[in-house]
Amino acid sequence: MVADISASFPARPSPADQIVARSAHDPGTIETRLRFWRDEGRKSLCCYLMGGMSRDWLDILQAISHGGANIIEVGIPFSDPMIDGPVIQAASRMALDAGATPATVLDEISRVEAGVPLVVMTYYNLLLKGGLSRMAKHMSRASISGSIIPDLPPEESAPWIREADGSGIENVMLVAPTTPVDRARRICESTRGFVYCVGTMGVTGERDSLSRTAREVAAKVMSVTDKPALVGIGVSTPAQAAGACSIADGVIVGSAIVRRVMEGAGASGVEKFVRSLRDAIDS
Amino acid sequence: MVMGDPGPGGKYGEYGGRFVPEPLMAACMELEESFRSAWADETFRFQLNTILSDYAGRPTPLTECRRLSQRVGVRILLKREDLAHTGSHKINNVIGQALLAERMGKKRLVAETGAGQHGVAAATAAALFGMECVVYMGELDIMRQELNVFRMELLGAEVRPVKSGSRTLKDAVNEALRDWVSTCETTHYCLGSVMGPHPYPWMVRELQSIIGEESREQCRQLLHGLDPDWVVACVGGGSNAAGTFAGFISTTANLVGVEAAGGAAISNGVPGVLHGMMSNLLQDDTGQVLEAQSISAGLDYPGIGPEHAFLASLGRARYETAGDGEVLVAFKLLAQMEGIIPALESAHAIAWVSREAGKTIPFGSTVMVTLSGRGDKDVAQVKDLLRGG
Ligand SMILES: Cc1ncc(COP(=O)(O)O)c(C=O)c1O
Repeated sequence: MVADISASFPARPSPADQIVARSAHDPGTIETRLRFWRDEGRKSLCCYLMGGMSRDWLDILQAISHGGANIIEVGIPFSDPMIDGPVIQAASRMALDAGATPATVLDEISRVEAGVPLVVMTYYNLLLKGGLSRMAKHMSRASISGSIIPDLPPEESAPWIREADGSGIENVMLVAPTTPVDRARRICESTRGFVYCVGTMGVTGERDSLSRTAREVAAKVMSVTDKPALVGIGVSTPAQAAGACSIADGVIVGSAIVRRVMEGAGASGVEKFVRSLRDAIDS
Repeated sequence: MVMGDPGPGGKYGEYGGRFVPEPLMAACMELEESFRSAWADETFRFQLNTILSDYAGRPTPLTECRRLSQRVGVRILLKREDLAHTGSHKINNVIGQALLAERMGKKRLVAETGAGQHGVAAATAAALFGMECVVYMGELDIMRQELNVFRMELLGAEVRPVKSGSRTLKDAVNEALRDWVSTCETTHYCLGSVMGPHPYPWMVRELQSIIGEESREQCRQLLHGLDPDWVVACVGGGSNAAGTFAGFISTTANLVGVEAAGGAAISNGVPGVLHGMMSNLLQDDTGQVLEAQSISAGLDYPGIGPEHAFLASLGRARYETAGDGEVLVAFKLLAQMEGIIPALESAHAIAWVSREAGKTIPFGSTVMVTLSGRGDKDVAQVKDLLRGG
């Protein structure tokens, strides 16, 4: 045995130190809107829909907007959606089977007037394969305002942020219940648009009750930044949305909407559900 | 340093890294820190080596293949990981990870498995350490490897069928990662190969490097201080190959990894991100991951460990392929010439050597092949294939 093996493992800067810090910036469309709503004393509602999951998905997109969403998150389907639970996995499969690609989803979006800012949610491999610069420009042409790339942590995100910034795409980063507060501070400095507070340790999907961690993570984020903080993952009912909004600036609801689309709720059914979320967080 | 410590970012050139959602970041960092400290701790090393020798049967022998060598015209030495407990090299990795999990205070292991060998090894380690064990396995692989499913259950593990995607190894990894996101406080993800987010590719290579270290010394003893001219191992995620190459990286030996023709991430893939790592990946023009296709469930993986992608880019190792047909021939050849029934995965390495002897490999060369596992698990499947059942 070697006497002092530890000598071969010198202390290194922690990876978190490599996070690109950005102190001052011009807030983009999303952040400006969210701040405006907050200043008005209102909570924000962000709803998720998987692009290309049904023939009428663009109608549903508009129904979500009519129902009172402030932001719509549009999924671009990926074969291996690591952070998604069964509902969004199934929606990805349906969209892929129907022939959806990043290009078709973006092209279709650009044909409608959503009325609210749109954020793309997808996985990093699709951006890499499409080319970071090309994908950012394509999003911009499709009037996309932001991106959420869950498998792209701050340490690896510099190349994408460069392109996204250049095309006016606000890249939203995640803070989780397990994120240490120092790291949360650095993430909040780098994120654009808002901070995605991961409400529960787990994959996307509906839960019976709002996790205790949802309020904790929002409180942690709000102690280190004044950027808008939205809670997502595991927020599925109007009551849970209202609960999360007792602290956070808003909520993100995904699987509960996607499931309704899969069950055939159609544009009117989805609009009704979104309105119930809206009413709950406004009351 | 090639095959050294990849540093805090876990990078091998442009490959590797840690592409995981934020909820898993803390778990990956905790694991890296714990492994660094354990690996530098003599007591940990001593405990590990004791279990590997007293329980897992190390060191495994190096066997000279007299009849096969004569038949193909190159001198073939086999590193006999098939003789390790549970029948493959996978045990080296899981004993290390289970010992680490215990040190970290984790009481539950989750694992993914393709052929079932890593699942069996993980279930074994869980039994040994008194831990709960859940193994995710693609539905298709469950059908191909019924016996290993039963083995895992006998060992007290729960096998959860994975019905998503291609229903093979790739999807089992997704499912294990999804489990880990919600359980990482109590659970260690015992990943089975040199893939995934940092620190896995590095940690698993370190834990498997015992294959290369032992076999280098065994070769030197047999070859009067010389190293073999060629060192060959099969590659799924690449753990037995990485462990083998680690022992020979600073020798002049030619290093060859053999992938399944239908899962050849180096030959047919392009850089991409899957399962937390940047590496070569089989994918379509829009970036959707393609399904690998091989008779051997353990090589049915569309990616490859990031360090292999790096070694390939440097030209320090080369990556070749073997097809299903020649693998079956090699499976029988080794059985009949040497009395050793290899795992279908390992038969890929034998197939490449017997095909390339006298071509890529000059006649008279000495070739060390890592026989990563034994073929008992494959006998039923091969019987059906050979009898046209
Ligand atoms: C016997 C055997 N060899 C090789 C492999 C492939 O794994 P790796 O490339 O990590 O060594 C497996 C995986 O199941 C296996 O069971």
